[in-house]
Amino acid sequence: MARTLTLLQAINEALDQEMERDSSVILMGEDIVGGSGAEGEMDAWGGPLGVTKGLYAKYGDRLLDTPITESAFIGAAVGAAASGLRPVAELMFSDFVGVCFDQIYNQAAKFRYMFGGRAETPVVVRTMYGAGLRAAAQHSQSPYSIFTHVPGLKCVMPVTPYDAKGLLIQAIRDNDPVIFFEHKGLYETEGEVPEQSYSIPFGEANVVREGDDVSIISLGLMVHRSLAAAETLAGEGIQCEVVDLRTTSPLDEDTVLESAENTGRMVVVDEAPPRCSVATDISALVAQHAFDALEAPITLVTAPHTPVPFAGVLEDQYMPDAARIAAAVRRVAGYAQ
Amino acid sequence: MALTKDDLLRAYRLMRTIREFEERVHVEFATGEIEGFVHLYAGEEACAVGVMLHLTRADRIASTHRGHGHCIAKGVDVPAMMAEIYGRATGSCRGKGGSMHIADLDKGMMGANGIVGGGPPLICGAALAAKVQGTRQVGVAFIGDGASNQGTTFESMNLATVWNLPAIFVAENNGYAESTAADYHIGAGSLADRAEGFGMPAATVDGHDFFAVHQAAGEAVGRARAGDGPSFIECQVNRYFGHYEGDAQTYRPPGEVEAARANHDCLEMFAGRVSHSAGIERGELDDIDRAVAALIDGAVSSAKADPAPAAADYLTDVYIDY
Repeated sequence: MARTLTLLQAINEALDQEMERDSSVILMGEDIVGGSGAEGEMDAWGGPLGVTKGLYAKYGDRLLDTPITESAFIGAAVGAAASGLRPVAELMFSDFVGVCFDQIYNQAAKFRYMFGGRAETPVVVRTMYGAGLRAAAQHSQSPYSIFTHVPGLKCVMPVTPYDAKGLLIQAIRDNDPVIFFEHKGLYETEGEVPEQSYSIPFGEANVVREGDDVSIISLGLMVHRSLAAAETLAGEGIQCEVVDLRTTSPLDEDTVLESAENTGRMVVVDEAPPRCSVATDISALVAQHAFDALEAPITLVTAPHTPVPFAGVLEDQYMPDAARIAAAVRRVAGYAQ
Repeated sequence: MALTKDDLLRAYRLMRTIREFEERVHVEFATGEIEGFVHLYAGEEACAVGVMLHLTRADRIASTHRGHGHCIAKGVDVPAMMAEIYGRATGSCRGKGGSMHIADLDKGMMGANGIVGGGPPLICGAALAAKVQGTRQVGVAFIGDGASNQGTTFESMNLATVWNLPAIFVAENNGYAESTAADYHIGAGSLADRAEGFGMPAATVDGHDFFAVHQAAGEAVGRARAGDGPSFIECQVNRYFGHYEGDAQTYRPPGEVEAARANHDCLEMFAGRVSHSAGIERGELDDIDRAVAALIDGAVSSAKADPAPAAADYLTDVYIDY
């Protein structure tokens, strides 16, 4: 039976159900319990935003609070994964990858290949990303393209509570290393989520709105803004097809190309800066494989090539919004050769 | 742990195998037939073997770029290692890893590692898995003096203490991080002092002395198996070859290696000790030497004759499922 849950609750439920199902699933991260070693209550935080709250009461020592020591505990999660556990490590903010990238990039991602196919590293790194909370340059980035670039990693970014639960369960059961990106601006998003356990396969993009005039390819929080733009544009007679990539590695190239073939016009919306990004990757894919179908230049709506600013008036411009997306769609829709 | 005669003969065989393997790779590398980056362990054999005699197959180790000795001591198949160094399909990693990435997880060998300081966090994970699963296994992170300065090493020692992990950190201080002297790059005190600062027992031993390493490692492994947390061992040792094959080693004083070979060779020290106290005849060691020489000869011959990987294999083994 489905209930309405927030995306945060959906993630908590996925962790709960997988820990219940498989005793090799353990969680580790900074303050994922909260209060370890202190005189007050345990489970004081359940993660900085409470995503893991309540799990300690059920699973006790299978949740490990870590020192602030990302290299050690992300690496420990990788090593434990190569030693028979299924760890889910929480990298509190994805910006913090700067202090532990080696363990993801040179260790977890490469074990299977370097060791000639004789290693399994079923680790999940859950991590918060995204701007909009006035958290400034070191707590607001969307660095998924850096991970997507790395052979050996899988990259997932759920948009709805339903997808968050199903994709996280898939991530935990998956035998390859998975980076699971949670947009901090989506945790309170509500949606219907079945109570029972289910998984959503990776590499299957979701066509969240159908339309024949312009394709909007998007991911993460930007899917919601793309849908808002599509709604406005429908009132103007422009029908948009909105695609949520759901995973950038593996990438559902077929759905992107089919959408390009269907509409011949494409806008790619990405919260990250544009150089070597998911947006440019999608653009190159379509230019290479659906060039003949295009009736207008592919247009990118992205953040600028700057760090994320702090002040509201600055950050609000930094992030693509529905108005900018709609304006780009109008240009593309009206483009005549 | 009292050493039986069989233990001693096994220890000697492993040390001799490492020595023969490395001396031979040194010769074969010079012919140009072995490609890539190769770092030899000759001179340091007592460190790997002194530790590994305490470990079972299920115990886990993480190694370094100078990893051949750790692999051999942990039981990785020697001909497969040689084949890997030659880039053959029959290699430990089917030709995809090479000297710096030889691994065999079934033998508890979590990989040589091309990243200095890459191993200690992984060993925290292996030790955590052992603790969570209640197996009484231990994890051993081998590092060099170079990696002793990496943040991953410091962080891992702290985490091992915080989580009371069955982890052992073994620093093989061969005096040089690449070309930079340990006297220069270790900022304060000794490595053991640092480890004690992280709250774990630490020992400093002569890394040429198998018995000293074995004693210290036995105490450390015993603590780990008893649930008494991590330990640190610094093994002070010499490397007989350069940082990598091709290193002219002009940074070393003349005669340093020759003096070490003459006065502090682990195999000679071991042979002298056992012939006095353990009733092992020189002839028994000579028999081992001959058997090991044949093993290495065979490994080189087969590696040279073995097939290269199929060209199409460069695309496989990235993911289990994608």
